[in-house]
Amino acid sequence: MEHRTGATPAAVETIARAPPASAARRRQRRELWRDVRKNRALLYLIAPGVLYFLVFHYLPIYGISFAFVDYAPKYGQGVVANYLTSPWIGFEHFVAFFTGPKFFPLLRNTALLGFYSVLFEFPAAILFAVCLYEVRNTFYRKFAQTISFLPHFISTVSVVAMMVMLFSPSSGYVNWLLSRIGIEPIYFLAEPAWFRPLYVGSGIWAGIGWGAIVYLAAMFGIPASLYESAAIDGATRWQKIWRITLPSILPTIMILLILRVGSFINVGVEKILLMYSPLTYDVADVIGTYVYRRGIVKFDYSFATAVGMFNSVVNLLLLVIANYTARKVADESLW
Amino acid sequence: MVVDRSLSSRAVGFGMHAVIAVVLVTTIFPVLNILANSVSETYHIIAGSVSFFPVGFSLKHYSILFSDPMIPRSFLNSLVITLLGTAINLAFTVTMAYPLAKRRLPFRRSFTVLIVVTMFFSGGLIPRFMVVRALGMYDTYLALTVPIAISAFNLLVMRTFFKQVPEELEESAFLEGAKEITVLARIVLPLAKAGVATIALFYAVGHWNAFFDALIYLYDTRKYPVQLVLRDIVMRTEMARLSFMQDQYGRNDLLEQEAIAIQGIKYGLIAITMLPMLVLYPFIQRFFVSGVMIGSLKD
Repeated sequence: MEHRTGATPAAVETIARAPPASAARRRQRRELWRDVRKNRALLYLIAPGVLYFLVFHYLPIYGISFAFVDYAPKYGQGVVANYLTSPWIGFEHFVAFFTGPKFFPLLRNTALLGFYSVLFEFPAAILFAVCLYEVRNTFYRKFAQTISFLPHFISTVSVVAMMVMLFSPSSGYVNWLLSRIGIEPIYFLAEPAWFRPLYVGSGIWAGIGWGAIVYLAAMFGIPASLYESAAIDGATRWQKIWRITLPSILPTIMILLILRVGSFINVGVEKILLMYSPLTYDVADVIGTYVYRRGIVKFDYSFATAVGMFNSVVNLLLLVIANYTARKVADESLW
Repeated sequence: MVVDRSLSSRAVGFGMHAVIAVVLVTTIFPVLNILANSVSETYHIIAGSVSFFPVGFSLKHYSILFSDPMIPRSFLNSLVITLLGTAINLAFTVTMAYPLAKRRLPFRRSFTVLIVVTMFFSGGLIPRFMVVRALGMYDTYLALTVPIAISAFNLLVMRTFFKQVPEELEESAFLEGAKEITVLARIVLPLAKAGVATIALFYAVGHWNAFFDALIYLYDTRKYPVQLVLRDIVMRTEMARLSFMQDQYGRNDLLEQEAIAIQGIKYGLIAITMLPMLVLYPFIQRFFVSGVMIGSLKD
């Protein structure tokens, strides 16, 4: 087209400009190529890592295509192949899940457990950090902090096992104490009403000390002059906490809250798997545990993939919404 | 600092100390309760009256635990998984974090995007399971280690440590004709030792405490790590018992008796599963704190 005779003035201009532009592009490409050659050792080094991400993170994302086929083991054990060999059924699994009797209870249980966790665990860590910050004795503060980290190093299995033993109706210490004051043994882990309190309570137990670290670090970054001038103005201790300490760490709180809200639908599946039983399914069964039972236990791969995809999409949406809100309200953002 | 000694200020101070005291006591008590029960006499364990100090003293639960071949083997399995897993983690994470720390890495932005996307979206449990199985890793320790070879968080922590190594040191090595891999191994890694230790501990504690991957990928019970054995012995028996005891047909005395006989063993098993971490954590926690601070910095 550029080589047509009788070109319009505009086209002439294009022709006149074209060679230098493409030459620049060529030069750029040559430079990039030289760059790549010069730093190829870096690319060799990064290659295993990139391959890892492609195989174990991107291939599973591609594997979501399982949700749209009716996979069965007879169609092969590969990942790419059985998508091509299994019959395509479109959104059938999604429709079955959304209209099935499980959809609403699962969504409610997931949302409630996530919501209660954020509601209680999140402020607990801030409260604990504020208290530690107010301790003047450095040795005592360090000691208290070290003790409070302990549960972070204890496995989820051990935490739940401890809870099972401590709250056991026959030999647990809690029920022994209750029996002292004349209360009949409570079957804590079999009682649907106790599931959420135990879930949230053990979450606070396991996370409060660890959660306080980042806040405490932010607090130690507050200039002492702020407190000094407040003291001169006659501010009380309570006022200093509310007017200086907490506002100063608000950016940190916002960022952590975004992360927490953004991932709250994923939280605790492993712990719930350890804690629940058919007796407590009514309140304890969440999307993640349902995916596990349908997919891993009952080999219903396609359906479970569809449910899992719903989970991932909701998770992403929540993160985007939380981030958007934080940017509007507090001018804080993850990206 | 001007010290405020008013009544309200003291009340606030008292409340804060009370909060700290409550947190400390509730943190420590369950752990002490488990340890105390594990060395108490069976009679007192069954009564549930052991609080934080042993009632009677007996090591028989531990001797039963260690005479059962399953428990020592599961410990060994956990150790093998932890060592193998951490070695794989370090090899993959270090070789990826080093190029990412270099401005001269071609396509640096693309690589970063590749990693960050996976922090926000995943294929989910089942597609991941299918990939691992398709690679022939099912029922091997590779399934517990290779699919989690790199954690994006630890990768970013390691990259930060590498960025702190002064570039001049590397440049002079390059001028003397050193290869990239030599510079990494001889100059950068020794200077980033603290970073390697930090992520190694993050990974190792993660492997030791993990149970879910073992649950879905291991078929042969002889390969089970200690966490999974603990889960089978404590949770499953307790749940089965609770279901049974709540059964409308009433409790089964025989089952009840059996369950009681192994209560002490359960306490012992929880104790020895936690023990490595209880002993190590006071020494390694500072690495964790500095690591989590570095990882939470935005850059």
